[in-house]
Amino acid sequence: MSEKTQEHWDIVIEPSQSWRDNFDWKQIRKYRDLMWLLVKRDVVAVYKQTILGPVWFFIQPIFTMAVYILVFGLIADLGTDNVPMPLFYLSGVILWGYFSTMLTTTGSTFITNQALFSKVYFPRVIVPLSLLYSNGLKFLIQFILFLVVFIFYAVKGQVSLGTHWYLLPLSVILMAFQGLAGGLIVSALATRYRDVNFLVKFGVDLLRYATPIVYPMSLLFADGSNETLRYIIMANPMTGVLDAFKVAAFDQSFVQPYFWETLLYSTGVTLLMLIIGIASFHKVEKKFIDTV
Amino acid sequence: MSKVAIEVKDVSKEYRLGVFGTGMLSTDIKRWWYKIRGKEDPFRLVTAENDRTKASESEFVWALRDINFSVKQGEVLGIIGRNGAGKSTLLKVLSQVTPPSTGSIKARGRIASLLEVGTGMHPELTGRENIFLNGSILGMNKAEIASKLDEIVEFSGCAKYIDTPLKRYSSGMKVRLGFAVAAFLEPEILIVDEVLAVGDAEFQKKAIGKMKDVSKGEGRTVLFVSHNMGSIRALCDRGLVMEQGKLAFDGPVDDAVKAYLSQANAEEVDLHLREDRVGRGDFRFKSIRFLNAEGEACSEVLSGQAITLQVHYELKKDLDPKKLIFTVNICDVYEQMVLSFISDEMGFVPAELVDGGMLELHIPALNLRGGSYSIRLFSAHGSTGADDLQDVIEQAATLDVHPSDFWGSGKTTRPMYSALCAGEMKHKNT
Repeated sequence: MSEKTQEHWDIVIEPSQSWRDNFDWKQIRKYRDLMWLLVKRDVVAVYKQTILGPVWFFIQPIFTMAVYILVFGLIADLGTDNVPMPLFYLSGVILWGYFSTMLTTTGSTFITNQALFSKVYFPRVIVPLSLLYSNGLKFLIQFILFLVVFIFYAVKGQVSLGTHWYLLPLSVILMAFQGLAGGLIVSALATRYRDVNFLVKFGVDLLRYATPIVYPMSLLFADGSNETLRYIIMANPMTGVLDAFKVAAFDQSFVQPYFWETLLYSTGVTLLMLIIGIASFHKVEKKFIDTV
Repeated sequence: MSKVAIEVKDVSKEYRLGVFGTGMLSTDIKRWWYKIRGKEDPFRLVTAENDRTKASESEFVWALRDINFSVKQGEVLGIIGRNGAGKSTLLKVLSQVTPPSTGSIKARGRIASLLEVGTGMHPELTGRENIFLNGSILGMNKAEIASKLDEIVEFSGCAKYIDTPLKRYSSGMKVRLGFAVAAFLEPEILIVDEVLAVGDAEFQKKAIGKMKDVSKGEGRTVLFVSHNMGSIRALCDRGLVMEQGKLAFDGPVDDAVKAYLSQANAEEVDLHLREDRVGRGDFRFKSIRFLNAEGEACSEVLSGQAITLQVHYELKKDLDPKKLIFTVNICDVYEQMVLSFISDEMGFVPAELVDGGMLELHIPALNLRGGSYSIRLFSAHGSTGADDLQDVIEQAATLDVHPSDFWGSGKTTRPMYSALCAGEMKHKNT
């Protein structure tokens, strides 16, 4: 036996270093079957033993949309920039729905999977990745609902695809990665400070109102509108994402001043969050079982 | 010569004790402030040994301390030790659930760990779906599981319920299913923690048999933790004894079991502080201890071996030794007596009674099935009537008996609470 084969080890376990350890992408590939099974579990198990089953994927956004139409559309009359109300609110509801579930479910990765993680080793990042896909599947189903409504209004001639339609995939990707990245950061913090989870749970509900979901961006640029308020809302990285989706799906009347700047800002923040998220998740994943 | 499968070098693991989680932000900021100035962490106190019986001054404890050993390919290693000796921590470090504080572990091939049966199974999914989920959590890929699905279902004996959601399964069936998945894993190194302690006798037999096949037939390396000395001896070639986070013994399995049984911590049980006693108290039991065949203090014994009980007493008033009735009862967990030794029946009269004296009971062969027995001490003066009781203590001490091959048939006796005595079975045509 040569010296070299004797020294070959498949697994080396050492005290955890810092985030500078290599992030093991090969491992993730090896566990991709597990990832898909977790996706399947999340999607299938949720609606077992319910009468309506997957119909619940539709019910939630439809009812939320209906309430928005009633409260923000008809009572408060905030306006929708000439887009039919159902379409306008539905787009915000499904995008925000994905983002907020991603943030809260990924955010509690370590806490909900504590029992599992304390018994078996696999790359922990498999769980957030599986959430990315299972929530993505739900989003896809809801997006089909959006398409149906869109076609309905398009046939009626009340709406047509915007000239910047190519922003649609970009906005969806930004939405997904921002949810993932935010969730990764929250999950890492939550292993030490459980408070973060409480903060996120209600914080994400409040943040919804700092995002152009129930009101159009044009409201912020209307005469006499509060300038500080405008900047606060534009500082929210999800603003650019939602705005881009609407610009892509509807028409150019949505392009407000600073639209491109906001989108660029959103993209930059998403990338930054993703880097911080992966680094902090990786730092925590090895040791959390002793501190959680 | 076979290659080394696992090499464990200077592994230590430190844990933080007590409740932590409140006021964390402020301490974290302080720690960070000390760290950037290059000073020692003010919250890190001197570390203590892992002795769960003594309250520790320190906030940190070594759950594992300087563990060194290596396992050859195809070897079956048994790890034994008391609760809290660090066995499970060692397994957790080996299975990469938690990192060591210092040292390193190197391994060849895949490691699959079975620290729990049915990890990650979901109650809403069917048995079949759970086989895939559990299998992939343990590191198999979909194709591997699919190719073994029939065997797994067959082994579990749950074929009839395989498309029923797991929540409708009995707990025994869940265990069977979980173990069946694990049994068909094909890692080079398998780590098993006491999972065999569940399931009925038939399934346990099946599980042990499967483990034997895996190690002997298929030449895989197995690390096995158990409290059951019988299955340790049946399965393993080599044993490690852990004691307070350290490796106390490493050698052939029979010697390891012996070393474990005579481990320290088998100190005298002090009976001074016991308040739950009955009797006049002129004669009082002070302490009790057990000695094994070699005359070493112990608290566990192998069935069929000799044992000596030594009971120290104190005397408040002179009593007539002829009238003393001293009794030792060995009881099962339900406090039913299994054995009784009564001095006057046995014709034993102590020559004299002195304050601080000792009474001894020698049992040449303790023929009990495996289990945790309790000792009841009884003393009376004159008669055994309620008025004449001197001192009675229920559960004065516990004695763990490990099953052995009582009948010489090559099989260890089943663990249950009963005594054993010689006997023979025959068949006759009438």
